[in-house]
Amino acid sequence: MTARARALLVLVAALAGLAAAPVDEQVVHEIAAELRCVVCQSLSVADSPSETAHQMRGIIRERLAAGQTPDQIKAYFVDKYGTWILLSPPPKGFSLLVWITPFAGLAVGLLVIALTVRRWTRRSTEVTEAAPPLDAAMQERIRRDLAERRRD
Amino acid sequence: MSAPRLRWAIPLAVVPLLLLLAYGFRTDPRDIPTPLIGKPAAPFTLSTFDGGQVSLDALRGRVVVVNFWASWCYPACYEEAPTLARGWQAYRDRGVAMIGVNIQDKPEPAKKFLTQFNHTFPNAPDPVGQVAVDYGVYGVPETFFIDRRGRIRFKQVGGLTDEAFKSRVDTLLAEQE
Repeated sequence: MTARARALLVLVAALAGLAAAPVDEQVVHEIAAELRCVVCQSLSVADSPSETAHQMRGIIRERLAAGQTPDQIKAYFVDKYGTWILLSPPPKGFSLLVWITPFAGLAVGLLVIALTVRRWTRRSTEVTEAAPPLDAAMQERIRRDLAERRRD
Repeated sequence: MSAPRLRWAIPLAVVPLLLLLAYGFRTDPRDIPTPLIGKPAAPFTLSTFDGGQVSLDALRGRVVVVNFWASWCYPACYEEAPTLARGWQAYRDRGVAMIGVNIQDKPEPAKKFLTQFNHTFPNAPDPVGQVAVDYGVYGVPETFFIDRRGRIRFKQVGGLTDEAFKSRVDTLLAEQE
C-alpha cells in the first residue's frame, strides 16, 4: 500500500465518520415538540407514540444528519402541511390575532378596573362630603341611645 | 359614563363571539388544509411488492393517480379498493398511470390486500414514511391526482368513489400538456 493510498483511506474513513456523526437527540426532540402530530388530537410529534410521529422523528433525524438547520426542517414540514403543522402559529396574518388578543384583553381589563376603582373612590369621598350635618336634637338622641345600650 | 347608558354594551359584547361561532360552524372540521394543490408533486422512487421499481419522474407527461393506503385501514381502504381496481381497468389504456403507496404496514397483510382486490397497478411500501410526508398525508386513504405537467391538482381525503375518480381523471385527461 503506497503512502498516497493510505492517506486516501484515512480521508475516506474520516469522511465516513463525519457523515455518521451522531445527531443530537435533544435537537430532534426540540424540533418535534414544535410540530403537531397529524394523526393525534393536541399532541406534538415529540409526545405522540404513533407510528406516524415515529416516522416524522426519523425524518427530522435524517435531515439533521444531512446538515439541515432546525429552521429548514420546520420549513419543510410547513411546506407540506401548511402552518397548521406548527403548534405555535406564526405571529403574522390571521394568526397574529391569537398572539395579540390575550394582551389586548388584559389591557382592556386593567383599564376597566382602573376606571371603576377611580369612580368608586371618587363617589365614596363625594358621599362623605355630601352627608348632611346632624342637628343638635339628633346628636343628643344618638348619644342617649348609645348610653342606654351600654347599660343593657 | 353612567350604568344605564352602558347597558346596551353588554348584549353587544356577545356579537364578536357569535361571529366567531358562525364562522367556526360553517367550516368543515374534516376539510383538512393542504398547501400542495397546484404545486409540483414530489418525485419518488420506490421498490414495488413484486420486486420492480416505480418512479414518478418516469411518468411525466401522463396523468398519475397516487393512492396512499394500508391493509389495517378498515373500512375506508377496503371500500375504495374496488373503485381503484375499476379505475385502473378503465383508464390504463388511456394513458393514466396509477401508483399505490402502502404506508405503515407489514408486507404480508399488504400483499394479501392487493391479491384480494386484484390490484395490478404498481404498489410499493413507503418504508420510512418519507413519501407520505412529502405529500402531506394525514391518514389513509388519501389519493392525489397529478396532471401531465407533474403538478398535484386534486387531493381526496378518505374513501374514493367511482364518480370522484372519473371526474378528476377525465378533467386532467382533457388537458393538453
